Amino acid sequence: MSFLNVKDLSKNFGGIKAVQGVSFSLEKGELLALIGPNGAGKSTCFNMLFGQLKPDAGSVVLDGENITGLKPRKIWRKGVGRTFQITATYGSMTVIENVQMALISHHHQGFSFTKRATKMYREKAMEMLELVGMAEQAERGTATIAYGDLKSLELAIALAHEPKLLLMDEPAAGMAPTERQALMALTKRIVEEKGVSVLFTEHDMDVVFEHADRILVLNRGQLLANGTVDEIRSNPQVQEVYLGGGTTFANE
Amino acid sequence: MGFYLVQLLTGLSNACALFLVASGLTLIFGVTRIVNFSHGSFYMLGAYIAYTLVEQSSGAFGFWGSLLLAGIAVGIIGLIVELIVLKPIYKSPELYQLVATFGVILVIQDLAQWIWGAEDLFGRRAPGFKGENATVDIAGTLMPTYDLAIIAIALSVLGILWFIFNRTRFGILVRAATLDREMVSALGVNQSLLFSGVFFLGSMLAGIGGAVQLPKGGASLLMDFEILSPIFVVVVIGGMGSIWGVFVASILVSVLQAFGVLFFPQSTLVLMFLVMAVVLIFRPWGLYGKEESSTEHAAGEIKEPLREVGSKMKMVFLTIIALLIISPIFLEGYNLNTIIDVLVFCLFAASLHYILGTGGLVSFGHAAFYGGGAYAAALLVTYANTPMELAIFFAPFLAGFVALIIGWFCVRLTGVYFAMLTLAFAQVLWSIVFQWSAVTKGDDGLTDVYPQIITSGSILHYYVVLILAVGGIILLRAMAHTPFGYSLRGGRDSSLRSEAIGMDVKLIQMSSFVFAGAMAGLAGSLFVFTKGSVFPDEMTIARSFDALLMVFLGGVQSLTGPISGAAAFTLLHEWLVQITEYWRGCLGILIICIVILLPNGLAGIGELFRNIFTKTPKEEAAK
Repeated sequence: MSFLNVKDLSKNFGGIKAVQGVSFSLEKGELLALIGPNGAGKSTCFNMLFGQLKPDAGSVVLDGENITGLKPRKIWRKGVGRTFQITATYGSMTVIENVQMALISHHHQGFSFTKRATKMYREKAMEMLELVGMAEQAERGTATIAYGDLKSLELAIALAHEPKLLLMDEPAAGMAPTERQALMALTKRIVEEKGVSVLFTEHDMDVVFEHADRILVLNRGQLLANGTVDEIRSNPQVQEVYLGGGTTFANE
Repeated sequence: MGFYLVQLLTGLSNACALFLVASGLTLIFGVTRIVNFSHGSFYMLGAYIAYTLVEQSSGAFGFWGSLLLAGIAVGIIGLIVELIVLKPIYKSPELYQLVATFGVILVIQDLAQWIWGAEDLFGRRAPGFKGENATVDIAGTLMPTYDLAIIAIALSVLGILWFIFNRTRFGILVRAATLDREMVSALGVNQSLLFSGVFFLGSMLAGIGGAVQLPKGGASLLMDFEILSPIFVVVVIGGMGSIWGVFVASILVSVLQAFGVLFFPQSTLVLMFLVMAVVLIFRPWGLYGKEESSTEHAAGEIKEPLREVGSKMKMVFLTIIALLIISPIFLEGYNLNTIIDVLVFCLFAASLHYILGTGGLVSFGHAAFYGGGAYAAALLVTYANTPMELAIFFAPFLAGFVALIIGWFCVRLTGVYFAMLTLAFAQVLWSIVFQWSAVTKGDDGLTDVYPQIITSGSILHYYVVLILAVGGIILLRAMAHTPFGYSLRGGRDSSLRSEAIGMDVKLIQMSSFVFAGAMAGLAGSLFVFTKGSVFPDEMTIARSFDALLMVFLGGVQSLTGPISGAAAFTLLHEWLVQITEYWRGCLGILIICIVILLPNGLAGIGELFRNIFTKTPKEEAAK
């Protein structure tokens, strides 16, 4: 049994079959990329894995536990961290407070009213910021930092409760090319150090081919290919989808 | 049989009258996303202008022509309001727009009083609907014919609206804009012109609604607020922005009321809100409303992190508190009571700010908890002979309990929907207090609620209020800094992120709502023991607006905002009342000017202070 098992995941929006019978697995400490053209169903897949969408069919089993259809906050408590395509951070807090909030929630202190929030779990939060290279900006207002830094901050937030699985939806989108490589290198290092499993989507193929251990290719809601970097690179079907063999829409 | 038929027809007629007014409101909201509180004022103006025109006219043609002309005149007034007041703030957060339209209400109220006087006016009967033609016999029961005419008028208006929306370019653009106004403007439609057109049409409908009402109910200065709750209820039930929804909801509510009055004559008002509650349990966005997740910040985005109060600011606070402590030495009577009023309002405003500023939830019915606490204390004293200390202790719990029930319905919605629903529920509470006179004495209020031990006006009472109000404000401030307050802020900044780090945003919002309600209840109980009486007024929309204005004046951004806002508002109010009979209008103009010119409220000035007094990270590092 793999660490994460996804079986026959499906989702329809009205008549559109956004995701159809997608199955795959993810091993411990593996960096798995989910790629595909726009509209392939990557984000839908992600949102089902993290509970923002309820799948119409199929199951998601994490570490032997069925987490299908649970709410995001419950899935997070099972040890799943999440970063978003468009960053979701607390603009009216400082950088470090963003990480502290994740820790406060992790220790079930969200309703506590006996201490000042900014004084709680500071050391641990700083550790996380150091890990992603944001320590110097800890006291800045989050609304004022650069977009690339927000992406790094999201990673720090997602890692705060030491998750077993990280779901990263286009972690490097909107960053400069050098920043992208740095962020993914960092992610890879963390995976190796902490034994975290990562599933990420990405449009930048350089990033994917350089850092992913294995690649899943989605096209029009279906899993097209599943293999190592070399296998995917040489897969004629994948080439067709990406380079446009002219047959993608042939049967329409 | 005839009796029930007449009852049904009466219900339908009321529904039609309601629909005329409410359709304009929902139309304006659908396209411009502005909740126009001054809609009730346009309705009132419709009746007044129609009165003047009818008095000048003669014959059937003159009469009906006057009603139509009144509608057009109100449409033009609506257009002027849109151009002057709303056009500059279409991009502002919803709170500011709501505050601005409230300013318009105040201005129109005083304008109407200045032109037509404070006395109620009775309109002439419609020609052809007088004398023996005034009623018609339906299976043995008499039915006023004018009520039937209203049905005919409303149905014709519905027909005309249908034609406009389905057969004219303007109407199709309006429908498109209701669905997606960004897209419509991206397609090159002159949005500004479209908005103005919609405002004219919507206001005209309100004006016609008011004019048609004239022969039945006359014209009075109370019409603006009286119509507000029913039209908001039907707009919320129907689904905001849906004309058809408003029509169905008007019929549902009015017909149920027409029959409800036979069985529960004491609770007709409550019945309307019960219908709303039931509909919203099953369809939180109304019958024909679509779910809308607003990513916009209703109270404006806050970008500044909370910083610890600097030592200079602490000194300022301590000085103020010290001054308050010693003030009974050199102040007495009236002046001391003014300070008590300011303190109570500071606490009330601070409690609203907690949910509105820290939580980003614009509550429009905060007076429900303030009045709730006031009534809770007053009822305990009146019926259970409770000593003041106990009554003040229990009031926040009872107000919190009310907030729990209301909050359960409301926190499921966001943005302007949340605002509407809190307003509607506050009106429920008001109508219970107003109509359940066996217990609450209705409009006569509960009087003689003076504490037995401490007499009001005494210095001891002053200190009780001082300690509890300042204590409450400090508690609210402290709470904002705890994880509980931070979780609430987090939910406001990004509920997506909150859910993704394991937080139950709705539960946090709900508990914060209860906490804020309880603190408002404390303020209400202090109010009761200061005045010695309480009237349903303490729960009205106007009272909720007072709190909103205080928070707005002080600026939503800072925790000190509500305090300076409440002080500024109360003192400004006292001063205006002393110098002019038309203080409302002056206040309204002032509010409108502040919304347009100083979009951050008085915080523009407050910010300056904060920059001087707040510990910045640099300062901290330098230590």
